[in-house]
Amino acid sequence: MIEFWLNDQHIRTALPAGLPLLDFIRYESGQTGAKVGCREGDCGACLVLEGRLTAGALHYHSIVSCLTPLAKAHGRHLVTIEGLGAAAPTPVQKALVDHSAIQCGFCTPGIAMALTALCLSDEDLTEDRALAALDGNLCRCTGYQSLKRAVRELLLILPIRPEDRPISWLIAHGFLPAYFSEMTERLTRIAAPFISEKEKTLVAGGTDLYVQRPDALLQSGVTFFQNAPERTGIRIEESRCTIGSEVTSTAILQHPALRAHFPRLEAYGRLIASTPIRNMGTLGGNLANASPIADWAIFFLALDSTVVLTGPAGERELPLPHFFQGYKKLDLQPGELIAALRFELPGPDTFFHFEKVSKRKHLDIASVNSALSIRLEEGIIAQARLSAGGVSPVPLYLEKTSHFLQGKLLNAATLQQAQALAQEEISPISDIRGSETYKRLLLRQLFTAHIHELFPEVHEAP
Amino acid sequence: MKHLDSIAHVTGRSRYLDDIPEQKGTLHAVVFGSPVAHGRITGADLTEAARLPGVVAIFSAADIPGENQIGGIIPDEPLLADGTVHFRGQPVFVIVAENDFTARQARSLIRFDYEPLPICTDVQEAFEKQSFLFPPRTFQLGDVDACWPDCAVVVEGEAATGAQEHLYLETQGAYAVPLENGAMKIYSSTQGPTLTQRIAGRVLDLPMHQIEVEVGRLGGAFGGKEDQATAWACLATLAAWRLQRPVKLVLQRHDDIYMTGKRHPYRSHFKIGLSKDLRILGYEVTFLQDGGAAADLSPAILERTLFHTTNAYFIPHVKATAYSCRTNVAPYTAFRGFGGPQALFVIEAAIAKAAFELGIPAWQIQEKNLLAEGDAFPYGQLAEKPHARACWDTVKTAYALPLREKEIAEFNRQSTWLKKGLAMMPICFGISFTKTPMNQAGALVHIYQDGSIGLNTGAVEMGQGVHTKLVQVAAKALSVAPHRIKMEPTDTNRVANTSPTAASSGADLNGKAVQHACAQLRQRLHEAAGKLLQADPDAIDIREEQVWLSGKPTDLRWAQLIAEAFLQRVNLSAQGYYATPHIHFDKSIEKGSPFAYHVYGAALITATVDVLRGRYELDSVEIVHDFGNSMNPALDQGQLEGGVAQGIGWLTLEEVRYNAEGRLLADSLSTYKVPDMGSAPKRIDYQMLQAEGPPLAILGSKATGEPPFLYGIGAYHALVNAMQAFRPGLQLDFEAPLTPERVLMALYPPEKEQS
Ligand SMILES: Cc1cc2nc3c(=O)[nH]c(=O)nc-3n(C[C@H](O)[C@H](O)[C@H](O)COP(=O)(O)OP(=O)(O)OC[C@H]3O[C@@H](n4cnc5c(N)ncnc54)[C@H](O)[C@@H]3O)c2cc1C
Ligand code: FES
Ligand code: FES
Repeated sequence: MIEFWLNDQHIRTALPAGLPLLDFIRYESGQTGAKVGCREGDCGACLVLEGRLTAGALHYHSIVSCLTPLAKAHGRHLVTIEGLGAAAPTPVQKALVDHSAIQCGFCTPGIAMALTALCLSDEDLTEDRALAALDGNLCRCTGYQSLKRAVRELLLILPIRPEDRPISWLIAHGFLPAYFSEMTERLTRIAAPFISEKEKTLVAGGTDLYVQRPDALLQSGVTFFQNAPERTGIRIEESRCTIGSEVTSTAILQHPALRAHFPRLEAYGRLIASTPIRNMGTLGGNLANASPIADWAIFFLALDSTVVLTGPAGERELPLPHFFQGYKKLDLQPGELIAALRFELPGPDTFFHFEKVSKRKHLDIASVNSALSIRLEEGIIAQARLSAGGVSPVPLYLEKTSHFLQGKLLNAATLQQAQALAQEEISPISDIRGSETYKRLLLRQLFTAHIHELFPEVHEAP
Repeated sequence: MKHLDSIAHVTGRSRYLDDIPEQKGTLHAVVFGSPVAHGRITGADLTEAARLPGVVAIFSAADIPGENQIGGIIPDEPLLADGTVHFRGQPVFVIVAENDFTARQARSLIRFDYEPLPICTDVQEAFEKQSFLFPPRTFQLGDVDACWPDCAVVVEGEAATGAQEHLYLETQGAYAVPLENGAMKIYSSTQGPTLTQRIAGRVLDLPMHQIEVEVGRLGGAFGGKEDQATAWACLATLAAWRLQRPVKLVLQRHDDIYMTGKRHPYRSHFKIGLSKDLRILGYEVTFLQDGGAAADLSPAILERTLFHTTNAYFIPHVKATAYSCRTNVAPYTAFRGFGGPQALFVIEAAIAKAAFELGIPAWQIQEKNLLAEGDAFPYGQLAEKPHARACWDTVKTAYALPLREKEIAEFNRQSTWLKKGLAMMPICFGISFTKTPMNQAGALVHIYQDGSIGLNTGAVEMGQGVHTKLVQVAAKALSVAPHRIKMEPTDTNRVANTSPTAASSGADLNGKAVQHACAQLRQRLHEAAGKLLQADPDAIDIREEQVWLSGKPTDLRWAQLIAEAFLQRVNLSAQGYYATPHIHFDKSIEKGSPFAYHVYGAALITATVDVLRGRYELDSVEIVHDFGNSMNPALDQGQLEGGVAQGIGWLTLEEVRYNAEGRLLADSLSTYKVPDMGSAPKRIDYQMLQAEGPPLAILGSKATGEPPFLYGIGAYHALVNAMQAFRPGLQLDFEAPLTPERVLMALYPPEKEQS
């Protein structure tokens, strides 16, 4: 039995575990506020809130229900627009109305839910962060200006939220209906975990799988990781960091220690997918999907990373570059799973930067992405690692170029030679994300951009 | 007044097609689209698909009782392919099953055999083969051939704009329900209920009165649900009629993107000549319209291109010829602007090229040539109160063009890797269906005994707020509070023979019909009140729900007046009708006065290009727009801002490409990119031009649906301007969209890179 709460309603269902949650909400429960816009996570029309208990505390974030298997809802509180109550418009809804931020209305429920998720988040709100809460929502009618006005209006109210108890404050101020105060207790009562059958397709966040083959998943069934604490946390021991495969992009991006080591982490994160997709998609999924432009793969290839695999034959650990063997081909034996990723945290002499260019800046797949880390010792490059996506059949660690840089002076001449080597190491093909020539040019530019951002004094004007 | 649906939308209670509660026994249909772009069907094996448990039926062309023909203007498009297929995604079979999952499974089991035929996806190639969908047309003014010797500068060039996917957030769909006695009810996501009704009747061989089409609202349409909604409605109806069970057909996004038509791509050649003092003397242009595999609305769109050849400029010598070329892709169709934007892009490219040759900013040419009172358009209509100059001058001063130019130059001097640019963009757009007979509308207004009012028109609500405007019109005409009025779903049983809600004309045409109905009711109510108050009806007035007599309020209020009128046996329902007066056009000479009025405006657009990465941002769009006397500034602002974003999307991000096999390359939202919040202009400011609205605009409030889209063209030129700050002398090829790829490739051209 899959058991969860949908709005104020207790659900127990024996429907297939792989059924998209969106279909359950719309066609089984009959609540049609969440809309079908794309079924690929790209429009946000189906966006709902997911509340779950972690260590006894209830946290909500946004997810797209089109890519969520029904069984993932087990033990959780799912909230659609209907779940905000029909009594009076909430301040979010009111702001949308007051600023005429609605036209055809098809995107509106998703947008209202994304903004409600923003109200529930415990990040300090800046205008920039507040606007980014809508990075997973498309609206074809308004041109977004009225939506921006509505968000700015919310920003006038929200900063007074008490940090510790946002939910009760939000209930008191009409953002959430009263039943939310009972949800912790209600969810606690769902004690038994959902036991999925074995030998089915393994779903982590579902954000790759449900885009690729939703119908097959409904037929084949799905299975999830069970009780694997080693796969869910981020641990730091001395300078080595271990991230469990089930850790979501959001969890990585919000981790205080990682933010300290990567000062621009939040900005990099904005270039990856969208808020709801980052709330769902996992590091393990990103690596296992083996896409040549996977952002996390590129990010970690530029750090000294290893991937930890567990399987019937025990555990093994291999350098991340070796994990990617060919187009969509991994060094992963049958029955083996990614348990975690380990990498060396950049020290004070290591400079790290991530770049990504896609047709649309946000919520788009890279034409080319790249990361570079350089450790300097008195102006000499002690170690360098350059990675790039979209330029080869695998997420590429540019070994020769990286190796070449080692021991060299960091100057224009070195970089010019490195650029030439990098061009030899890559083999981009023309596709929907750009022509071969463009991708070659783009990698050169992104390499330059790394230097421009990290060592502006070295990057002279043309 | 706020959008009528505001609260329903934000609470998720608004009902769209897929939200209609299904009747018991409803079946689900999916469409098998041709897997090839051109071929002769040699056979198909449906056995395995038909055997799948849950599959109820699979229909093909042979199952159509009436005519297998859905072409709206030219009968050249079958509902289901018969013999040959002409584009990938062309409907061949419709599969009906207990649920859509099963129907999709069955679809994947169909085996389709064909003999390949040559595929053409290139408009130039089609043109060279003289493969046209219908004969070309030419508009002329003056004598262009004779004018070139008088010109101080003559430049020639090419310009090309790409297709654009509508990406209405709600995909196309229909739900067909058999009624008694062989009648059918169709819920359809269509902008043209009458069109759907007419074509469904043709397909089923039923008279129109046997078919009722109802539209509640659409989740966006932008022209994409005008002719292109018909096929899905007809397919659902065919299945429902044959099976005598309700059938729902809602396209999944992927099917919607690859099976339905988009904005027409154009490839054009221009020649422009200017006098020494920058007057445009001559303009000659050849438009090659890529029409796709069938005519659809192309003839009307081609015509609107010709009507908009010269934008907001007066040019004494003009020759414009347009060809609609046949290619093997889904028939291109209506999209906000309807061929107008494509024409404007070319004239602006011509001006930009001339400016480049002369080494001056393009705005100096634009400014010199704006339309003045009485100037003739190439089709003969004379400009009446053209606000082109007023909008231009106001933008220039309100948003300080000279200062901005200086600021940008200064910024560019200081900044190496970010460069800014600007452009001015005047616009002019004609309002009316260019096919004169379509400019008519009906309305049916009921006042119920309790004083509440039901309002029926042919206008389809798709977010633009036309229903809100119509309620405003009725409230004003009857002098009642808007909350008394309920806007009914658009239904062919209540208002017949309607034009699609398109051409920005929905509020004008339907609003005038509402006024006509309300005027009749008002006259009857004045008479009823006169009787009650024993007064001359001419001395009666109704103001804010109160009856006035000879300029003084009486105790008689709306509800009581209506109750009394009912007892007096007054007819409390009225049918209104409107046909736009004065407009006419004679195709045999390509002259006339087809537009009720024109909408004008001007914008100043600034952009920043990251010349290291080829990325860019639109910093500001500042507009002075001619709304007339806007009857609903909030709605009009929404149309303005939304139109600008969509126009910018067309010219920057949105890229539709087919490969040589006629396969659409960007066929999902993960590859086809429309503007999101991050790529929309950082700031849109606007002012309403202070000017009287024309009498043919409803309450003097000009149509706002399409015109703002045109400002997007300025974004292209602002970006080029910024790029030129990095690479002086850089000349672009006027190929849109200007994607980050095109930007970077232009900034670092391969030839230059070698040296
Ligand atoms: C709208 C949208 C935008 C996106 N944008 C980006 C983007 O900008 N950049 C980017 O890099 N990606 C992007 N993605 C892709 C995707 O979100 C990421 O790759 C994500 O990290 C995948 O994780 P997941 O947990 O959702 O994977 P899932 O879909 O659950 O799984 C993917 C594959 O990995 C396997 N798998 C999962 N975990 C393990 C494990 N521990 N061991 C072995 N196999 C495993 C699964 O069986 C499956 O085959 C986007 C996706 C969507 C829908
Ligand atoms: S339907 Fe578009 S994101 Fe789910
Ligand atoms: S209001 Fe139509 S998509 Fe946003």
